[in-house]
Amino acid sequence: MRETLLALDGLTKAYPGVVANRDVSFRIGRGEIHALLGENGAGKSTLVKTIYGLVKPDAGTMTLNGAGFAPADPGAARRAGVAMVFQHFSLFDAMTVAENIVLGMDNPPSPRAIAGEVRRVSQLYGLPLDPERIVGDLSAGERQRVEIVRCLLQDPKLLIMDEPTSVLTPQEVEILFTTLRKLAAEGTAILYISHKLSEIAALCDTATVLRQGQVVATCDPRQTAPREMAELMVGAVLQSPVRAARPEGPVLLRLRGLTAPAPHRFGTALKGIDLTLRGGEVLGIGGVAGNGQDELVAALSGEMPVAPGMVRLAEAEVGDLGVNARRAAGLLCGPEERLGHAAAPDMTLTENALMTGVGRMGLDRRGFLRWPAARDFARKVIAEFDVRTPGPENTARSLSGGNLQKFVIGREILQAPRVLVVNQPTWGVDAAAAAAIRQALLTLADRGVAVIVISQDLDELMEVSDRFCALTDGRLSASRPARGLTVDEIGMMLGGAHDLEVAHV
Amino acid sequence: MIVLDKRPQPSRLWSYAAPVLAVVLTMLVGGVLFAALGKNPVAVIRTIFLDPLFSEFAWFYRPQLLIKGAPLVLIAVGLSFGFRAGIWNIGAEGQYIIGALCGAAVGLALYPAETRWIFPLMIVAGAFGGWVWAMIPGVLKVKFGTNEILVSLMLVYVAESLLAAMALGPMKNPDGMGFPGSRNLAQYPSAANLELVAGTGLHWGVVAALIAVIFAYVVLARHIFGFQVRLAGQAPRAARFAGVDPARMVLICMGLSGALAGMAGLFEVAGPAGQVTIDFNVGYGFTAIIVAFLGRLHPVGILLAGGLMALTYIGGGIAQSNLGLPAAAISLLQGMLLFFLLAVDVLTHYRVRFAARKVA
Repeated sequence: MRETLLALDGLTKAYPGVVANRDVSFRIGRGEIHALLGENGAGKSTLVKTIYGLVKPDAGTMTLNGAGFAPADPGAARRAGVAMVFQHFSLFDAMTVAENIVLGMDNPPSPRAIAGEVRRVSQLYGLPLDPERIVGDLSAGERQRVEIVRCLLQDPKLLIMDEPTSVLTPQEVEILFTTLRKLAAEGTAILYISHKLSEIAALCDTATVLRQGQVVATCDPRQTAPREMAELMVGAVLQSPVRAARPEGPVLLRLRGLTAPAPHRFGTALKGIDLTLRGGEVLGIGGVAGNGQDELVAALSGEMPVAPGMVRLAEAEVGDLGVNARRAAGLLCGPEERLGHAAAPDMTLTENALMTGVGRMGLDRRGFLRWPAARDFARKVIAEFDVRTPGPENTARSLSGGNLQKFVIGREILQAPRVLVVNQPTWGVDAAAAAAIRQALLTLADRGVAVIVISQDLDELMEVSDRFCALTDGRLSASRPARGLTVDEIGMMLGGAHDLEVAHV
Repeated sequence: MIVLDKRPQPSRLWSYAAPVLAVVLTMLVGGVLFAALGKNPVAVIRTIFLDPLFSEFAWFYRPQLLIKGAPLVLIAVGLSFGFRAGIWNIGAEGQYIIGALCGAAVGLALYPAETRWIFPLMIVAGAFGGWVWAMIPGVLKVKFGTNEILVSLMLVYVAESLLAAMALGPMKNPDGMGFPGSRNLAQYPSAANLELVAGTGLHWGVVAALIAVIFAYVVLARHIFGFQVRLAGQAPRAARFAGVDPARMVLICMGLSGALAGMAGLFEVAGPAGQVTIDFNVGYGFTAIIVAFLGRLHPVGILLAGGLMALTYIGGGIAQSNLGLPAAAISLLQGMLLFFLLAVDVLTHYRVRFAARKVA
């Protein structure tokens, strides 16, 4: 048995109306890679924030290195040796790597002095990073390295990682795991939060499963089947998406030499994208974020109009049409960013349902809105996609990520699209909601709709796609049948892993 | 220690209660201020807020309330659309002046013809003038990405210079014995914006303000355009995703606020003011910004806020002449109203919790 580094005893935290953590106790050993598993809303973030000093528990104690541990703020937690890499990066695009690292430090040295230190640490752990580069030019994997190096400079005893692989290619994931294993071998404990059970099985020594704020199981992920862990997480038997054999439909979407300049300084230009998509087909587009996914979706949705012939819906040229005209023609999109793009955070679900559904669902009469009809449409989305909310008059912001995602995807699906494009449909969504969304996409394809799924989650793409292609630096690879593709082949298609190296142990 | 927890959704109760609490706080702190000036705070507050309505001279002040309130409400309703959409037209004062000049120009050019079409024509010209003046910052923003706050504000000073030039030059009353200022439109029946019911202060501007309130209410609550305005302000990216063209939104909102401000200017110049003079504008365009926010950018709220602001104008005037209160104290009171509203607004979006400070 390892020596205990951090012990949690009976941690309880209640928010108005919900108990986020109830009597949570477990131990993390020195040098242990400990997985924290749970659906969204299971209380993982609250627990992690408690350890990192962002949340004060209502009851319970923590012991770090045998001494009582109750950090008043993240600064105190950092001084005690706890570091955290967040799921959402907190970096400034317009500044260099070194400047960003200095900004996050408690007693910052000059950026110049830190540069040597960054080089040393990144070399040691196989995380190549040039301190002089502008963060806006870095890939998501490189940005994550900035965050990790920032933590490592503090020489942490416990490193918390929140969903670290959601933005990485398979090769980058492998490099990250090598780094984490090396850190663990040196005695650093790692608390690893993820939904991806295969990763946890490959990396972690112990897994603690949370459900509705309580610890429901502690297991050895190398000995426990991923399916069993998933069922512990949701507390129910999981359904894998089912795909029926589909007859080939007519060509519904055709992109010909789709080219567009980068919309802003840190955007990506689209370079000669060709694509043919038939009804009933699911095309998976893989790639690391920032390789043109947002731009491709904008060019398809009509937010970024292009030349008419570049996008054809069935036989009609729609490249120069605006958002609503394309919707009317049956080309619907679900953007990646739920809050602020796919949905307006402070508006009600009724208003959000109206937002994209007004045309196809006939929710207005000569510009005058039919609120009762909009409310009915919102209720229908809520009912058919199992969105957990008290009702359509609640704001989008009040929903959890997974529930809001079900709502915005459901909103598009219920409008009976001819072509549906979704970007990161299950990003940050719990396992049960993700399975439901994937199933809904497949059911849609069964009805003869052409579906494009853009995602960084390769497991997801392999699960739903008939064909697969990769988006790299604004270029789309030729598509290949998804069945039989190996992870290595996909990695080669994605590229972007050339500047990685394994840790110099 | 006071802790602020963000509410999952804004509190409905507080969004109504906040303006009331802001008024109460303004009265309290204003009272302290007046006491410090050596006045009886209760008497001053009563003079400002109650005397215009209930004193023995209220018959004189009540019509004033409509005359002062109407332009404020008319301008604020127009501004509220842009403010909701995140388009900041700060230059309503300039659009108000240009509207008055254009409307007055039509009236003066047709003098002394008498037909019933002159006044409607002047209203159209006034709205058009305000619209054109607002289109300058609008088009510059859409075409060149200039900041509409700066451009619209600077155009106020251009408009003031134009006003002075007109009052002293082309529009000067030829029978005015050399005095600056135009003919008095209020004495030209076809062009006059007279009281519709004698002794009430009810003129066409008041009618227009009420119509604007109803129109704005219907558009915001029931029409797709109102929905798009709200969406553009709350989540610009979501608005684009919903098919809202940002450039079009800028032009419509600027144009609407400009046209209403111009109309307000025309009603003023053809009625209560009567003539184009150097000091024709008295800051309605700027005060309307406070009215718009005090009314929560909601048409009915703006109607109430316009009334309240008119009250402080008139009551402040009484307090100045009867109690010798400095004019600056009244401006301070109006400023405080907005200040407290913004401060109390925290309660709408956050829940305040008193927590004992724990020793870590």
